[in-house]
Amino acid sequence: MRLVEEVLAGKRLALARLLTLIENDAPEGWAALDALYPRTGRAHLIGVTGAPGVGKSSLVNQIARALRHPQDGEPPKTVAIVAVDPTSPFTGGALLGDRVRMRDLSGDPGVFIRSMASRGALGGLAPTTAAVVQALDAAGFEVILIETVGAGQAEVEIARLAHTTIVVEAPGGGDDIQAIKAGLLEIADLLVINKADRPGADLTERALRSMLDLGYPQGHHRPEDWAVAAAQPGAAWVPPILRTVATEGKGIPEVVQALHAHAAYLRASSQWQAREQARLKDILDHMLQAALLARWQASLPQGHYQTILERLRRRELSPHQALEALLNLTPIPSAEDPRLVS
Amino acid sequence: MEQRKIRVLIAKPGLDGHDRGAKVVARALRDAGMEVIYTGLRQTPEMIAEAALQEDVDVVGLSILSGAHMSLVPRVLELLRANGQEHVLVFVGGIIPEEDVPALLAMGVKAVYGPGTPTQTIVEDIRRAVLAAEGSAA
Repeated sequence: MRLVEEVLAGKRLALARLLTLIENDAPEGWAALDALYPRTGRAHLIGVTGAPGVGKSSLVNQIARALRHPQDGEPPKTVAIVAVDPTSPFTGGALLGDRVRMRDLSGDPGVFIRSMASRGALGGLAPTTAAVVQALDAAGFEVILIETVGAGQAEVEIARLAHTTIVVEAPGGGDDIQAIKAGLLEIADLLVINKADRPGADLTERALRSMLDLGYPQGHHRPEDWAVAAAQPGAAWVPPILRTVATEGKGIPEVVQALHAHAAYLRASSQWQAREQARLKDILDHMLQAALLARWQASLPQGHYQTILERLRRRELSPHQALEALLNLTPIPSAEDPRLVS
Repeated sequence: MEQRKIRVLIAKPGLDGHDRGAKVVARALRDAGMEVIYTGLRQTPEMIAEAALQEDVDVVGLSILSGAHMSLVPRVLELLRANGQEHVLVFVGGIIPEEDVPALLAMGVKAVYGPGTPTQTIVEDIRRAVLAAEGSAA
């Protein structure tokens, strides 16, 4: 396939076109991805999530910069960034503004930034984000940062997609409440308090630490210790809490160090394998759900869904009866049905 | 299920800092169901072309109020062509003297929108132009 050859030859336009085909659910995109799939699995996938306004894009920008200009004599890594923003449920359109924060990366041939709209997905990711990430992995990018607004289920989704998940907080965001959010503890591999120069950073850190204490009663480590502790065989990874001021580049080297340490930990502890497998199962299940739903919808007789919906609206059917009628488990009760209380 | 969205890059090349018009247009296009990549102020033509490529946009909208359109626009068009994106439709908005419009259109700019252009006009023009471009490509 010509598109595949061009992507593997490093042609950026071909890669961009492929991502569009994948986003648009075009058969040509899936065929190309099928051919490219054996080349996936090498990239370090890093998810970055958090509430709007905490500075995720600025942080991603700085992490990418640091990876492109390593201070420790290591060779620079090629970096792809996928920035996902919500599609308006009312208009179907989206304003994708994350590139604004990534000016520093322009002109760098080792960086590729793609903005995606969630296109109706309920979580923070688009239905095709996983596939887009696979294409970038196959194209050879060594680190792929996936940025998404954390809202509701979004954090869990991104944790399933990425090897390492960074949850970004900022001071003053009602953090006592945030800290109680159940999912956060389970999915964060790194907790970053950005805008740490603002008042309330100490409070935010304390709230996060007390939350971590609940999950890790054996104690958690000072930043200097976690790399050592995590390297012990059989050790659990306790998420470090790091402070940054992304717009000033403060705290970034420590974040990058933590990212490398987490990748090393995953590989050493065979967690990498376990997470890969969980990731792939999740991707498969998502695709299966979407495909089954689409197939089933296509099999419905014309107007059937609307008829049932209308009867539900008129309270002639309960939601449960409507569901059973749709699935043809029971015939649609007639208006005289004694089960319906008038 | 195959779907397709119109992707538009809105950029302000050069040094002018008045972005309200660009933001108004960006929001109008979003409200019309398009995906708008807003790149903000002080974009060089190289940055614009790079973003247009990575984002595989259908349309590039340039907002220029500084008077530098006659040097910035040709540069953007040249870079788009060099990158294999000659099919991308380029619109220009902002403060563009009437006498420069024919030259811009001759260069390959699809349309020039002065202040006060109804956003609905821009939306419809884009939809029609993208549809026509697809028709000829098919």
